[in-house]
Amino acid sequence: MSERPGEHGVTLDTVKRAEDTPDERQPYAELGMKADEYERVRQILGRRPTSSELAIYSVMWSEHCSYKSSKVHLRQFGAKAPASDALLVGMGENAGVVDIGDGWAATFKIESHNHPSYVEPHQGAATGVGGIVRDIMSMGARPIAVMDALRFGAADAPDTRRVLPGVVEGISHYGNCLGLPNIGGEVVFDPCYIGNPLVNALCVGLLRKDQIKLATAPGPGNKVVLFGALTGPDGIGGASVLASATFEDESQAKRPSVQVGDPFMEKLLIECCLELYQADVVVGIQDLGAAGVSCATTELAAKGTGGMDVRLDLVPLRDPSLRPEEILMSESQERMMAVVTPDDIDAFMAICAKWDIPATVIGEVTDGGRLVMTWYGETIVDIPPGTAADEGPVYERPFHEPAGQAALNADDPSRLPRPDDLRATLLTLLGSPNLASKEWVTSQYDRYVRGNTVLAQPADAGVLRISEVMPGAEETTRGIALATDGNGRYARLDPYAGAQLALSEAYRNVAVTGARPLAVTDCLNFGSPEDPEVMWQFAEATRGLADACKILGVPVTGGNVSFYNQTGTTAIHPTPVVGVLGVIDDVARRVRNGFTGEGDRVVLLGETLAEFGGSEWAHVVHGHLGGLPPQADLEAERALAHVLTEAAAQGLLTGSHDLSDGGLAVALAEAVLAQGVGCSVSLPGDDAFTDLFSESPARALVTVRPDSFDAFAELCAAHEVPCQRLGVTGGSSLAVEGVLDIPVAELRETHEATLPGIFG
Amino acid sequence: MSAARVGVVTFPGTLDDQDAARAVRHAGGEAVPLWHADPDLKGVDAVFLPGGFSYGDYLRCGAISRFAPLMEELIPAARAGLPVLGTCNGFQILCEAHLLPGALMRNAGLHYICRDQRVRVESTATPWTSDFTEGQEIVLPIKHGEGRYVADAATLAALEAGGQVVFRYAGSNPNGSMNDIAGIRNEAGNIVGLMPHPEHAVEDLTGAPSTDGRGFFSSILKRLVNL
Repeated sequence: MSERPGEHGVTLDTVKRAEDTPDERQPYAELGMKADEYERVRQILGRRPTSSELAIYSVMWSEHCSYKSSKVHLRQFGAKAPASDALLVGMGENAGVVDIGDGWAATFKIESHNHPSYVEPHQGAATGVGGIVRDIMSMGARPIAVMDALRFGAADAPDTRRVLPGVVEGISHYGNCLGLPNIGGEVVFDPCYIGNPLVNALCVGLLRKDQIKLATAPGPGNKVVLFGALTGPDGIGGASVLASATFEDESQAKRPSVQVGDPFMEKLLIECCLELYQADVVVGIQDLGAAGVSCATTELAAKGTGGMDVRLDLVPLRDPSLRPEEILMSESQERMMAVVTPDDIDAFMAICAKWDIPATVIGEVTDGGRLVMTWYGETIVDIPPGTAADEGPVYERPFHEPAGQAALNADDPSRLPRPDDLRATLLTLLGSPNLASKEWVTSQYDRYVRGNTVLAQPADAGVLRISEVMPGAEETTRGIALATDGNGRYARLDPYAGAQLALSEAYRNVAVTGARPLAVTDCLNFGSPEDPEVMWQFAEATRGLADACKILGVPVTGGNVSFYNQTGTTAIHPTPVVGVLGVIDDVARRVRNGFTGEGDRVVLLGETLAEFGGSEWAHVVHGHLGGLPPQADLEAERALAHVLTEAAAQGLLTGSHDLSDGGLAVALAEAVLAQGVGCSVSLPGDDAFTDLFSESPARALVTVRPDSFDAFAELCAAHEVPCQRLGVTGGSSLAVEGVLDIPVAELRETHEATLPGIFG
Repeated sequence: MSAARVGVVTFPGTLDDQDAARAVRHAGGEAVPLWHADPDLKGVDAVFLPGGFSYGDYLRCGAISRFAPLMEELIPAARAGLPVLGTCNGFQILCEAHLLPGALMRNAGLHYICRDQRVRVESTATPWTSDFTEGQEIVLPIKHGEGRYVADAATLAALEAGGQVVFRYAGSNPNGSMNDIAGIRNEAGNIVGLMPHPEHAVEDLTGAPSTDGRGFFSSILKRLVNL
């Protein structure tokens, strides 16, 4: 028999051959599988797996795809979930979906692309955006915005100068070419992220709530269509293996090229998918991300009738020499898989042709309960798909408190000398890389495209008008708000509190725009789960987040876990990044960021305690990390959010800003810089340093017109939110009576010079 | 009287078409979608070529789009006087199609840049700018990686002498364009191309903190009504 493509003289490992050669040694360890996991595959199949089957199980059972170390902890998000009328699709699908009113639904999710972004910053970050956008598309939605939560090593570290510009350019190029506004996010520097940058990409999409699509393949006889980019040797073993092991102990074979993205193809794929949805010719759909065809076929089949026949030799290839195992593991970008009835297949293909999207029928849904794949007529895969998709290993990893944790918590910042010159302290903080203007980054992102951006960075949350031309959609005045937050230093000091504080801040950032927080997505970035001390951080953080979501009434709808963010035995700070989505009934009532006009009352909401553990002041001025983080006060957060959303709806607020890193001093400076409107304020307490730099949560700065103040104070009293008049807006400086007076121009120069000074 | 009909062209990779259509509607016109593969201008009274990354900007921005079937209709119609406005990628396409002189190169700073930019109106002698006043400073967003206008010395001199520079960057030049040029017109004046985005500056609630972009749409609609 003549050689078929993709064989290269290597014997095709068919099911028949696997049965005949039970003792053939297989490279399961090189593919990242443990001996007992391999043994389980043999038990499931009643024989050794073929090499193609081994490829499927190895990627599907990787940490990245199976969540085998995190699953037992993530279950809390379901078990403790608050009752929510808004939740339409919860965890376990490509992304969660929430009801935002008037027949509209929003779907959103955040996902990491950390390791690829370290290896190849531009493509790693770009394909991170591409991947999360396809998750949103596969729910039946039009993607409408993105944002990114980024963490880098020290700003002036040489490797940061390699990684950051590449990451920003990757996000910029991919997102801008897709025509998705980038409306917010974070850029944080800390030496703990050197060698392990975090690139967490969030996408939000919009759909009619009766048009949700799910990843399922029901209906024997239905066609399985692979459409989008051709399959090439991209990231073979990429995300799955890359995301499953630290870099240094890796063999060269396990360090493949990062996938390369084509945003033009993705833009066409978006428009093509939306037209397919409108034509109602899609039964089920799944994007191809990590584990590519393996993941899409096993998951679609497992959630459908259970069976699927696939002719792997029909997969259109960019590189015709690919072996079947490589096709199964390829992570080529910009691909989707759909299940289509035979009656609709012509219409489906015509729409793909209109958008110049290659589409190929590669298989058919069956009722056999088996996923069967052939290669030029020979069977190379024959497995029950659920065993790969849903029944991967689950680990109860051991965990215990880190050895130095008690000593770390005992090292209270109260021992640090307090500054004499608060003016200089504020300028030092304002020019420090974490608090400095991020315009160098955000000016590389298109924030206006699609024409619905109401607020974007540096506002506390991005706000979008809901206005899309879709059949059956009525005019609406609604908007949505989105924010992400996460403070690794707080989480290092206390992961339980750190996760709650991340949620608190994102929740508050949504509320200060006037939106009502509805739901949560999270990206949990940690070191190795095989380290019991890291696992303790993970267990504490998930417990803290689940408890806080219950109290705040916002369910986790989905997200992602990223483990192995460590170099040697040194892990990053535990970094749970939390995204919160809110809704505002009349988006014209949104509250703008900072001081927006002269003569308004400046009001501080919430209570200030002396809380400096993990603070920006301790970090920047003393390089100190110790003690306990600020105490999360979820009831106070909830009351504050009620006041903010109610006041916005009544039109009482002229501006607002959340208090967080750097405390009141930095919040005042940022509020002044928003529009260049100064202020004169006096401090309420008797310790100016604590008033200005403490990082107590559940606080916000608002401005109200003098004639609205009484009504606003009454609203605060009704919700028992402390409300203090600090002063009035106006003038050309930030003036704090008896403490400091800094001209706007000096604030601006200090705030804006830092990042251009480092990155050019 | 029926509303003036402004065609909004969508190439594969066009991004600001929804925004352009909305801006036309807000101004009281009818936005008519035109598809790149369909060589039919559908009898529109004017054409808007919006921004984006048509054909992925592969090869060179606008280089492939100029060969689109629709362009076979559009190029002669524009030469015959049909009002055409190209913004950003639309401007790049007009240059590639030789409807406007010169070319747009990579920004001097090598980065994509999105910001609210002060722009000076230099010419109101076009159907797209008649509602402005000469010398008026307006604010429009820019968002591009390849917006540095270049032309040879003779072309540049001819543009300046003929009053064909329609917009100049005021304040700082964001991309290194020659003579601070932000937008130009053809000799007849019916074809205008510029890098800034008027369609993102037409509403109080959304987009740039400016509504100066409305002038483009009010100008063209007035012109079409008075034809």
